[in-house]
Amino acid sequence: MKKGEHGERGTIRLKTGLAEMLKGGVIMDVTTPEQAKIAEEAGACAVMALERVPADIRAAGGVARMADPSIVKRIMEVVSIPVMAKARIGHFVEAHILEALGVDYIDESEVLTPADDRYHIDKFKFTVPFVCGCRNLGEALRRIGEGAAMIRTKGEPGTGNVVEAVRHCRMVMDQIRMLCAIREDEVPNFAKEIDAPLELCYIVRKEGRLPVVNFAAGGIATPADAALMMQLGCDGVFVGSGIFKSGDPAKRARAIVQAVTNYKDYKLLAEISCDLGEPMVGIEISEIPQEQRMQERGW
Amino acid sequence: MTREKNPLVGVLALQGAFREHVAALERLGAATREVRQLKDLDGIDAMVIPGGESTTMGKLLVDLGIMEPLRARIEGGMPVYGSCAGLILLCRHIEGSAQPRLGVLDATVRRNAFGRQVDSFEADLHIPELGPEPMPAVFIRAPVILSTGPGVKALARVEMDGAERAVAVREGRILATSFHPELTPDTRFHRYFLDICKGAV
Repeated sequence: MKKGEHGERGTIRLKTGLAEMLKGGVIMDVTTPEQAKIAEEAGACAVMALERVPADIRAAGGVARMADPSIVKRIMEVVSIPVMAKARIGHFVEAHILEALGVDYIDESEVLTPADDRYHIDKFKFTVPFVCGCRNLGEALRRIGEGAAMIRTKGEPGTGNVVEAVRHCRMVMDQIRMLCAIREDEVPNFAKEIDAPLELCYIVRKEGRLPVVNFAAGGIATPADAALMMQLGCDGVFVGSGIFKSGDPAKRARAIVQAVTNYKDYKLLAEISCDLGEPMVGIEISEIPQEQRMQERGW
Repeated sequence: MTREKNPLVGVLALQGAFREHVAALERLGAATREVRQLKDLDGIDAMVIPGGESTTMGKLLVDLGIMEPLRARIEGGMPVYGSCAGLILLCRHIEGSAQPRLGVLDATVRRNAFGRQVDSFEADLHIPELGPEPMPAVFIRAPVILSTGPGVKALARVEMDGAERAVAVREGRILATSFHPELTPDTRFHRYFLDICKGAV
């Protein structure tokens, strides 16, 4: 926590609060100022500034790192909505650089090649808030225990295949329901089994939900995918490769924004799903070798 | 304070922190309805526009055909309260932006006036209308009011670049704040809005 000109900065409430403001919205991956403008005009509630979208990172192989700061800066200059950027898991120097650039949120992301095989970033040390990926409740609470102010499913990025995001979202929700249903004296063992901080398990049990906002990510490509994730209980969606790897990005982006707001109105969903052009080419998960699955990165 | 009718308060639920406003209003015993489509406007007595992204909400208000009917209801006297993005959408002038807006509040607003997220802050504000106890205020990429018309009253101010800028204003039954009372347990601002709805203040 730091004292600023006007008051306290970098508090938990300010960090989780910005995520609350993003709820019901779509955060879009962009790689150029032009794409950022298209995303903002389509109604994105934030953009993720990247050098390459996950589908291209997957295709290129090699080591994926934080984007060139000049790309992030140019994107920050052209849009008025929040700008996020990705740092490698455990790479706190990349994160400090992004904070110095003035990004609004940092994604400590498995889309990039991890920089540390044991430790995630100590996110409490920063004024800027962090979002982190998870596949289950234990992973979500470990990240929150390290200071993450927002959680997202990992899914399987860059595939255009929603199945892994669905699996991770259902897993988190199932485990929350389980935690709420068990006897009080069974909570410590439950915490041990899912490898989560005990005090956070008590908070989840009391609230019946994660203590921070939870978005869907990793494979969302259509308005129907986005609405599906909202109906499963997510607070909003990240769309990575799904928009700018498709035939008509502006139209698809606008449709996904509407789908996240009115995710239960099937008539409207039918209307906005018409004539969106070619979706991104999807990848079947079983065709990706285990060691190339991004969701296995982080722990 | 009259108690004959409990107003049904619509909370614009297109995007943003609408859940927190619903919770704050319900803690005070108000009836609420999430407004996602035009038909949801029917029968509501007041409206809250939450924090979120003003460009996103503005676009959705237009795309879903809610903008004009909502503006007509507010111009017809329906009480409205906007926080942060809600304040931006209510203002007539938005510095350097042509984004869609309701434009019912006679004021000029500057978006992201304090800077980016790392400049977001919490502070205690003195708001005479709410009593002597200071109000905890959460400013997240917050806007400020640069200037207002004669009918607008500033309820709270923050010093910025050597000038006092309004961060809470009222014009008749239109209420707006730069900050987020819905993120704190202090419900006095929502109580104040409900009193406006009931014609008590």
